[in-house]
Amino acid sequence: MLAKRIIPCLDVKGGRVVKGVSFVNLKDAGDPVEVAKIYEAQGADELCFLDITASSDEREILLDIVRHTADEVSMPVTVGGGVRKVEDVQMLLSAGADKVAINTAAITRPEFVKEASRQFGSSTIVVAIDAKRVSGKPGHWEIYTHGGRNATGIDAVDWAAKMEAYGAGEILLTSMDQDGQTTGYDLELTRSVCERIHIPVIASGGVGMLEHLYEGLTTGKADAALAASIFHYQTYSIHAAKAYLAARGVPVRL
Amino acid sequence: MKIVIVDYGSGNLRSVQRSFERAGFPSEITRDPNIVAEASHLVVPGVGAFSDCMDNLEKLGLLEPIRDFIQAEKPYLGICLGLQILFSEGTEFGAKPGLGILPGQVVRFPKTDLKVPHMGWNQIRIQQETPLLKNIPNGSYFYFVHSYYGAPKEKNCIATTTDYGVSFPSAVAQGRLFACQFHPEKSQALGRKLLENFAKL
Repeated sequence: MLAKRIIPCLDVKGGRVVKGVSFVNLKDAGDPVEVAKIYEAQGADELCFLDITASSDEREILLDIVRHTADEVSMPVTVGGGVRKVEDVQMLLSAGADKVAINTAAITRPEFVKEASRQFGSSTIVVAIDAKRVSGKPGHWEIYTHGGRNATGIDAVDWAAKMEAYGAGEILLTSMDQDGQTTGYDLELTRSVCERIHIPVIASGGVGMLEHLYEGLTTGKADAALAASIFHYQTYSIHAAKAYLAARGVPVRL
Repeated sequence: MKIVIVDYGSGNLRSVQRSFERAGFPSEITRDPNIVAEASHLVVPGVGAFSDCMDNLEKLGLLEPIRDFIQAEKPYLGICLGLQILFSEGTEFGAKPGLGILPGQVVRFPKTDLKVPHMGWNQIRIQQETPLLKNIPNGSYFYFVHSYYGAPKEKNCIATTTDYGVSFPSAVAQGRLFACQFHPEKSQALGRKLLENFAKL
């Protein structure tokens, strides 16, 4: 049976992991490669790097991290942040990324997703969506660009369907309302997107406890659950998270 | 011993090389047909579309050396597309002949409620003993990412099956040829075990 995936996400800025990581026995807790190795040892199914600097002069630093990570771990790695053109996708894949997440550039020019998926295959192209509830309109979410700064007026669920049609192989769905709140995923958003499209959906934004992972994968119907802080701060290890999910009947790889 | 990984422009092969390295075996990445001919162990990895793969192998003059290598019954490991090209015919972007080592077609997952690509960690059900699966328990998880799979006419080459709506062949074996639809280079410790088993053939 296909396992539900648990994906730790590392926010990287200028080549360093941001959000204070507090791993014991780690020489350099800010080194993304070292953190990646720890997550692999804990049984992470995949890894996600989001480059939050994403300025072009620091691109080389990110590529270097991707190269080293790909050398040190044997699991799929998704990299996102500042991916604007086909050459960016090419460079990240060549450096060893398995998948590349496209966010703002997909909205600026949707054809980019088509071109990238045609050239590199759908399974390498993830479209990242930052969605926020539309106030006064229950069951509606609007997508934002530039790390959540700019509203677009585009409906998130419709957008996910459009991106599937444009060749995206996966959707990384972040609730901006929930992100950083540690009160759980936006389950209604997650479920709405999952029920609309036929490609895998990674739920993101809001995990504060293991129950939230469970809810995202069951009520939310997500294929994978992404979380950052609960793993960074070692509130739970990935193994503990999976053992919990398995005990509650969620198919996971232990 | 000389493990050779065939590069035909299907993207990054470093993870395959590095996984062999971590398992304790050096390997060489090449697109030179002469080096392919000299290999003791041949690995054909790959992601992407069947027809592009066959076209690129042909353009680079690699089809014949690969076929000769397999027919000489030397150890061959196909990963993902490296499995699919063994079949008589691919169907992605129209019918296209493959190497024809294994009679059968490469087909897309039937339309169901399940998501395609089949992406993530899934279990193998071992259907026949093969040295490649030594010390790999039945039910082990491996990493998959694909929309098509090889459907052999002769079922006796099926080494493992995996359930995803249908029960599909996730690895095939025939003599010293082994090929898997999953990615051992992305499958952590068990993946390295499989690569080690291959290197020891």
